[in-house]
Amino acid sequence: MNGARILIECLKKENVEVIFGYPGGQVLPIFDQLYDAPIRFILTRHEQGAAHAADGYARATGKVGVCLATSGPGATNLVTGIATAYMDSIPMVAITGQVKSFLIGNDAFQEADITGITRPITKHNYLVEDIKDLARVIKEAFHVASTGRPGPVLVDIPSDIQMQETEFAYPEKVQMRGYNPTYNGHPGQIKRAAKAISESKRPILYVGGGAIACDASDEVYSLATKNDIPVTMTLLGLGAFPMTHKLALGMLGMHGTAYANHAIMDSDLIIAVGARFDDRVTGKLDAFAPHASVIHIDIDPASVSKTVDVDIPIVGDAAIVLKQLNKMVKKPDTKDWLKTIDGWKKTYPMKYKIDEKLRPQYVVEQIYEATKGNAIICTEVGQNQMWAAQYFKFIKPRTIISSGGLGTMGYGFPAAIGAKLGRPKMPVFDVAGDGSIQMNIQELATAVIEKTPVKIIILNNSCLGMVRQWQELFYKKRYSYTKLCADTPDFVKLAESYGAVGMRITKKKDVRKAIDKALKINNTVVIDFRVEQEENVFPMVPAGEAINKMISGGLA
Amino acid sequence: MRHTISVLVENKFGVLARIAGLFSARGFNIDSLAVGETEDPTVSRMTIISKGDDKTLEQIKKQLNKLIDVIKVVDFKEGEFVDRELMLIKVAVNAENQKNVLEAVESVGGRVVSALPGSVSAEVAGDSNKINGLIELLKPFSIVEVVRTGRIALGTGEKGMKADGKPEVNE
Ligand SMILES: Cc1ncc(C[n+]2csc(CCOP(=O)(O)OP(=O)(O)O)c2C)c(N)n1
Repeated sequence: MNGARILIECLKKENVEVIFGYPGGQVLPIFDQLYDAPIRFILTRHEQGAAHAADGYARATGKVGVCLATSGPGATNLVTGIATAYMDSIPMVAITGQVKSFLIGNDAFQEADITGITRPITKHNYLVEDIKDLARVIKEAFHVASTGRPGPVLVDIPSDIQMQETEFAYPEKVQMRGYNPTYNGHPGQIKRAAKAISESKRPILYVGGGAIACDASDEVYSLATKNDIPVTMTLLGLGAFPMTHKLALGMLGMHGTAYANHAIMDSDLIIAVGARFDDRVTGKLDAFAPHASVIHIDIDPASVSKTVDVDIPIVGDAAIVLKQLNKMVKKPDTKDWLKTIDGWKKTYPMKYKIDEKLRPQYVVEQIYEATKGNAIICTEVGQNQMWAAQYFKFIKPRTIISSGGLGTMGYGFPAAIGAKLGRPKMPVFDVAGDGSIQMNIQELATAVIEKTPVKIIILNNSCLGMVRQWQELFYKKRYSYTKLCADTPDFVKLAESYGAVGMRITKKKDVRKAIDKALKINNTVVIDFRVEQEENVFPMVPAGEAINKMISGGLA
Repeated sequence: MRHTISVLVENKFGVLARIAGLFSARGFNIDSLAVGETEDPTVSRMTIISKGDDKTLEQIKKQLNKLIDVIKVVDFKEGEFVDRELMLIKVAVNAENQKNVLEAVESVGGRVVSALPGSVSAEVAGDSNKINGLIELLKPFSIVEVVRTGRIALGTGEKGMKADGKPEVNE
């Protein structure tokens, strides 16, 4: 069997049902095999789209997303997508063609040192130098990508190796002496954690993307509801605990709810689950949660005590650890604490100006009302992303798909295509800004042709809203290069030119009708909502401040 | 605080770049780095000397451990290891001072590897005190070039560092 065929056989063994990619000279043997392989191939219109789509598929399903590109420019076009997946710990295998082995290092046509380029943005990567290693490498790549703290793995395969022949034998298991993730938490530490929770007066669960990755939301739910512990979530943790529950405090951090930020700052015990205390969450580090002890459950030892010092570290799989913890915790008395939090909820509710104007928050709320939370919400980056996180009530895990760590504009739409392929029965939205959507707008062709009907909600403020907001608040309203043009492109015509459905909504009263209509159309729909340009995302913690020093834009 | 870290790694291409890249990307300093094969040809051993507070060092160790080509990491405790470095040094000499240079080399236990009318080359192995001591002694003469291997370290006592795989972390 030749190398290209071996690759396909390996992917079949890994139950890969879809590959996102783009062809080119150094992957011709692989494409020749794909021609009649029983694996769906999605031809995106840009390799970045392929990487994000594989990532969106992985987030929506929990399976490994696979993308494929040729050497040189094909491979470098994957880079942003790989970095995005790396920052958010998403299981992905990226396969690239490489120039023939004997040409490597010669600046051959379309040669790029992609293993060198992606070394700091992959969990691991490989250059296959011998056809005999290929099957083992693919096996390892899927294993590494999907176990422990997940992440992207890149496999670079020179085209001569794709054509060489060898016998195919897929290894039964992997043997890697340098890789041994920890799943079971230390029993002594779990006991200490149970005691700390039982004795706490003002506990709070702080839940991140790790809880989604480990499918720990049921255990989070038990811990919270059996013990009356309030829950705040990071952007990537949304959906781990239903926002409709009275113990849910929503997102914390820079654009978190005021009550989540006050609660974490006043708590005496933070129970962090698969979250990494990044700067958007902690704000000013020295001032963060001064009265709290910290329990940190995380599969990655390097995340523990990286920024915030941890009192009770538990390295392990969040679902396994929480299951054991749930058996041991005695219910603490949190009545007063919940009363205090209710007070904050009343004093500082999430709100925006309600009038006749078409405001972006209202659009997001109406998507929730129309779907009752039974939808996958992908986002772009900027204000649109924060409004989606703030105003959509996520009730299930894997329903928010957003580039948290890297903050990649152009992520949401291709990710939505991947999500729709993975979960075809779910309505899938991309909540977008007019800036971000233009970064991968070419994927309209993919969405239409591949029949992955996603609903693109453009919160069109004719500007790079989030940057404009910072310029307004911190740069004396000097709007340097953040204005876009409302009528270029004409998103309705643009959608139509690709064979999608375009709509333009300028009035608040038409919002819900448009969303309902879009849900009924079995095609990709682009809705250009002309929203208030001056609308800002509040509350907001200015960079470098403590997270209870929020500004509210005069609303609270 | 200065730390001496020994790292067992897969003896594969690209591994050095991974480790060096990790240090530079995360802003960790490397004071000295030495690499060589071990008794097992599939395993290389690196000795890295790095400076940083305890929190930084903890992070360095954890990040090293996360690399899949890293098999084991040991941060040596003061007093539980020996370290050595090898230096080659060349000094320009003339008929008058050649003798003084040879004496200086001998006084620290170094060995002359080449003595020509115009230059003396010597080797000295030992801890940094010894090596820096010789450099100081030879400074008054004219040092032409110095090359050092970087430090290598070995834990004392019966236990050795074995490539038997990463243990589970249990905190
Ligand atoms: C690829 C990329 N380039 C630049 C940025 C910096 N950036 C963050 S938000 C933003 C503005 C986004 O504008 P838009 O998509 O219109 O969304 P809005 O904030 O208006 O909702 C920019 C430029 C980024 N996050 N990603």
